[in-house]
Amino acid sequence: MASLAPTFGRGAMTNHWVDIKNADVILVMGGNAAEAHPCGFKWVTEAKAHNHATFIVIDPRFTRSAAVADIYAPLRTGTDIAFLGGLINYLLSHDKIQHEYVKAYTNAAFIVKDGYSFDDGLFSGYDGATHKYDKSTWAYEVGPDGFAKVDETLQNPRCVMQLLTQHFSRYTPDVVSNICGTPKDLFLKVCDTIATTSAPDRTMTILYALGWTQHSVGSQMIRTAAMAQLLLGNVGMAGGGVNALRGHSNIQGLTDLGLLSNLLPGYLTLPDEKEPDFKGFIAKRALKPLRPGQMSYWQNYEKFHVSLMKTWFGKAAAKENDWCYDWLPKLDKVYDVLMAFELMHQGKLNGYFCQGFNPLGSIPNKAKLIDGLSKLKYLVVIDPLATETSCFWENHGEYNDVDPSKIQTEVIRLPSTCFAEENGSLTNSGRWLQWHYKGAPPPGDAKPDADIMAGIFLKLKELYQKEGGAFPDPILNLSWDYKIPRSPAPEELAMEYNGKALADLIDPKDKTKTILKKGQQLDGFAQLMDDGSTACGCWIYAGAWTEKGNMMARRDNSDPSGLGNTLNWAFAWPANRRVLYNRASCDLSGKPWDPKRKLIYWDGSKWTGADVPDFKPDIEPGNSMNPFIMQPEGVGRLFGLDKMAEGPFPEHYEPFETPIDTNPLHPKVISNPAARVFKNDMEAFGKSKDYPYAATTYRITEHFHFWTKHTRLAAILQPEQFIEIGEELAKEKGINAGDRVKVWSNRGFIKAMAVVTKRIKPLQVNGKTVHHVGIPIHWGFKGIAKSGFLANTLTPFVGDANTQTPEFKSFLVNIEKDRR
Amino acid sequence: MALQSLDITRRSATTIPSPSQRQTPEVAKLIDISKCIGCKACQVACMEWNDTRDVVGTNHGVLDNPMDLSENSWTVMRYAEVQTDRGLEWLIRKDGCMHCANPGCLKSCPAPGAIVQYSNGIVDFHEENCIGCGYCITGCPFNIPRLSNKDSKVYKCTLCSDRVAVGLEPACVKTCPTGAIVFGTKEDMLHHAEGRIADLKSRGFADAGIYDPKGVGGTHVMYVLQHADRPALYCGLPKDPSIGAMVGLWKGAAKPLASFALAAGALGAFLHYVTKGPNKVSEEIEKEFENEK
Amino acid sequence: MQVTRRQFFKVCTGGLVTSSIAALGFSPAKALAEVREFKLASTTETRNTCPYCSVSCGLIMHSMGDKAKNAELSIFHIEGDPDHPVNRGTLCPKGAGLLDFIHSPNRLRYPEYRAPGSNEWKRISWDEAFDKVSRLMKNDRDKNFVAKNDAGVTVNRWLTTGFLAASASSNESGHVTHKVVRSTGILAFDNQARV
Repeated sequence: MASLAPTFGRGAMTNHWVDIKNADVILVMGGNAAEAHPCGFKWVTEAKAHNHATFIVIDPRFTRSAAVADIYAPLRTGTDIAFLGGLINYLLSHDKIQHEYVKAYTNAAFIVKDGYSFDDGLFSGYDGATHKYDKSTWAYEVGPDGFAKVDETLQNPRCVMQLLTQHFSRYTPDVVSNICGTPKDLFLKVCDTIATTSAPDRTMTILYALGWTQHSVGSQMIRTAAMAQLLLGNVGMAGGGVNALRGHSNIQGLTDLGLLSNLLPGYLTLPDEKEPDFKGFIAKRALKPLRPGQMSYWQNYEKFHVSLMKTWFGKAAAKENDWCYDWLPKLDKVYDVLMAFELMHQGKLNGYFCQGFNPLGSIPNKAKLIDGLSKLKYLVVIDPLATETSCFWENHGEYNDVDPSKIQTEVIRLPSTCFAEENGSLTNSGRWLQWHYKGAPPPGDAKPDADIMAGIFLKLKELYQKEGGAFPDPILNLSWDYKIPRSPAPEELAMEYNGKALADLIDPKDKTKTILKKGQQLDGFAQLMDDGSTACGCWIYAGAWTEKGNMMARRDNSDPSGLGNTLNWAFAWPANRRVLYNRASCDLSGKPWDPKRKLIYWDGSKWTGADVPDFKPDIEPGNSMNPFIMQPEGVGRLFGLDKMAEGPFPEHYEPFETPIDTNPLHPKVISNPAARVFKNDMEAFGKSKDYPYAATTYRITEHFHFWTKHTRLAAILQPEQFIEIGEELAKEKGINAGDRVKVWSNRGFIKAMAVVTKRIKPLQVNGKTVHHVGIPIHWGFKGIAKSGFLANTLTPFVGDANTQTPEFKSFLVNIEKDRR
Repeated sequence: MALQSLDITRRSATTIPSPSQRQTPEVAKLIDISKCIGCKACQVACMEWNDTRDVVGTNHGVLDNPMDLSENSWTVMRYAEVQTDRGLEWLIRKDGCMHCANPGCLKSCPAPGAIVQYSNGIVDFHEENCIGCGYCITGCPFNIPRLSNKDSKVYKCTLCSDRVAVGLEPACVKTCPTGAIVFGTKEDMLHHAEGRIADLKSRGFADAGIYDPKGVGGTHVMYVLQHADRPALYCGLPKDPSIGAMVGLWKGAAKPLASFALAAGALGAFLHYVTKGPNKVSEEIEKEFENEK
Repeated sequence: MQVTRRQFFKVCTGGLVTSSIAALGFSPAKALAEVREFKLASTTETRNTCPYCSVSCGLIMHSMGDKAKNAELSIFHIEGDPDHPVNRGTLCPKGAGLLDFIHSPNRLRYPEYRAPGSNEWKRISWDEAFDKVSRLMKNDRDKNFVAKNDAGVTVNRWLTTGFLAASASSNESGHVTHKVVRSTGILAFDNQARV
């Protein structure tokens, strides 16, 4: 999500599942929707069957998605930026862009500050000692009026369009083919097909998932795709967009709710320790418009933040104490899960909680994880299933070769309910919050997560009340007005995050009118106040539970426009909008680009249509307000400013373990120069002379992560761990289908059955033959399926420079027949 | 007496005419291989609905699993990686009972009422009547029925006759994520197939077509194939399936001549004895007989 | 005329030919046998959404029992919700097999404790569990809490304990978890967005 927000303004799937059916071209790249999201993928087969869509799959492997594709093109793992950079070059050099859209709705015309440059793999401002950029030149020229300067003719050599063209001119078809290993004719065929969607009445949707995020340059891969979509005019359109298919059922929700090291709910951010002062903290985030007449919705930041503090701390949060600003922990750095395990490894973390998360399977380099967990004083696992993490101290032979007597970690394992045993809501990839109901009691004494958190919290609070201790104020004052304190009801919690009026809310336009009475549920985030008169636990979720009741439980599936926007089914954030940035589906005059796909339109007095307008409803066309209302400049960003760690334009960098030992574009800067690599992990990278094969990990359709190995039906479908290799590599190594093989990296080994397939072909890359080894992840030492090795025994401990998402998709291994 | 919720038109080894006044629409399941992603949801939905569970096996160097139909797996996906003039194609076929209009299994079955055909076209096994001779296995041109080692009875896809009887679609049809499996009247399914074939032809599959083989009188499970001229590409789908000579003989002889029937029954039992060992059911029957005395 | 199965087999093994019996009209009732009884004729139906991937397919869960006081509901069949706009009744192989997730033999049933160096789990009560966890937290927090950094800025953070939140727990659980975790000053807080 760290690429969509900088580009468009919000970090989420722009469109939604059913909308895929409206596409003319569908690109699945950096994901494998048919296998990982089969029921969402049905809208791909629908688009093919009923919209005569062309379906393109680009992947190192011929996947189940490719099985029903019109065009499949292979590429080497980790080279997606080169491929998409080549696409951008193609679109620009063949003049296949949606000119009117690009000019009006992107920052193509904006003038970039002097001093910005790109040279031999590095952008201006790089500090080789800290591996960080000084990003001060990655900015617009700002005039004396405080607004960014633009050149509507797009001819100024310092305007974004010119810099973009120059940057990507290096990505010629030959360069692409040389880096990616994609045959040139196939690459050009893909470009040709995609280029057709530059017509205003044709759209392409891009569906991606962790096949993009799990690279050391993952965020920039997504950004390259997002930029291509802006050039094609496909963002905000029905059947368009850049669609992040989240991996888990509520990862969208838990991210929206800010359960990350540096976030607060609703994409608000925690203060850094360099921000001691509340006013400065708000001022930095409440962005003023950078162009005249723009909405720049983050101007309202203080309302969201203050309302959150009122939800958490109730009366204790007051203007006088800056709404408990000092009670929020201040960051010195980001403590993502890789950092947490690094600290554990260094013996600096004493306690760890895992709530419904099995990091021993999910985080790279298992040996390092076991070492870290063994150094903890205590580990608390809250889960419905007996996970490997909770059993990390158990000896399971070669699958988990540890000595329990030497592990001093206390482990407390708490059984939680599963989906079927609780009420509540999940947020799907398409941002729909859908309510579900309890169908049976849990097994044994299992409890809902909320009750477990309540049990722990109330006990901790009691200890602080009795004994005092380190800074007890936030714990003692945390609002806890639930009817049954040890068991907060899901309904109460949902009403709490929606928010309510803490005093009568008076209409600012007509002081005689009361919008809401004290205690009433908010209708939406437009009602939020910065004076403490509203409480809201997650501003983007305001509207989920209003005075009308639970909007997430709505079940009217009618679709009057036929475009799939079922506005009365569940609730979508923000404000029940189904397609983000839908103002961009109309031209400047308010007329839909494509009359067949009329999402919204200007009816003479207001914006209306098949979707809730993602725009100020009464701003008429021709006004200068632009569709990307979260951005201070109101437009989509081709030039990413200082929002990304490694540059305002994407650049191809090799995976940290590269099979070609160089970067053909700039041999001096091979891999992401801004990535964070811990000292010991750098030493644990392997070289291609010892590990000649490009490996990638993934899910297969029969299993879900590490859960379904505990279910019999899934265990029947794929009972035993396997890896996939192509026929050519198999022949070279004397491996037959059904042989047991050993696969090892510089961090450890796994053994598995070999599936030998025509679906993985060797690629010619930079004068070298590159073979891929495919490694499905789903096995471990607990479960009904046959015991196997955790695939993360092999993977490297390095992440994307923006999100720290581990590089699971590109690393190096060796392989041989297991001589046992 | 009138227990049937579906009207029976034919029963194995039974010459008594079936009631035939009621006319129900003929149903069919259409499997569009060009839409299939081989996710195996149909395999799971089948086991879940029918309360069967196959064994947790091993990997055999391919994605297929379970490797074959069994008394617990009434449908399996079969994966073929085929190099054609279009390049690599991954042809994935859901295998299972075809519900032939002219069912070889029923024709070859010596146990009265063990195999029935409903007027809607579904061919169903009634295991309580099955004597485990295995003759239906020999009689099936698609190699579908499987004998259980646990109870020596033969099992196969019922086309979810229990669901269809109350107006629902089969479990595999309902679950299919991409709509590769659809269900309706046979007439509607043929019409649906026409649209799919036209789409495939427009994408360059000149030989796209339907698989509804005439040698077995047509089937109530049909395929849309990208290469209808070469069904063998799809893990050996037979080009011209027909009921074998032996079944034809049985069929011709049995009706008028009871003695032939007995002989054929004996042959079936013998074949079963040879291939599977002594039949538990006949032991059971003998035991019951003993107890009677 | 009714012929029992036993009598029928008796006749068979007595040497008569089956098809000729039927021809004479002595067909056993079983030979006209019915389809399998429709198993959902009367169940408690509950709407839910699939907990696996982010499509969030609609489900109908069928439970045994009608919510009467003396009956304990038990889910025995799950299929797709045909009204759901996204999945329209379909389910993938994982979703179609959710029944076996709910009833997995590896579901945890009781709070358990593993002591340092021990090779076994010990069942404990919820009260014991909450006591242990809160005590461990408080000891660590009181010892390592950082009220001010080296520069004297108030930072109020607790860096020696971390919390990994879930990927499939509800928004309501997420909301209350965030509230509790931040109130303690934990910064090593993450979810499964990336892996």
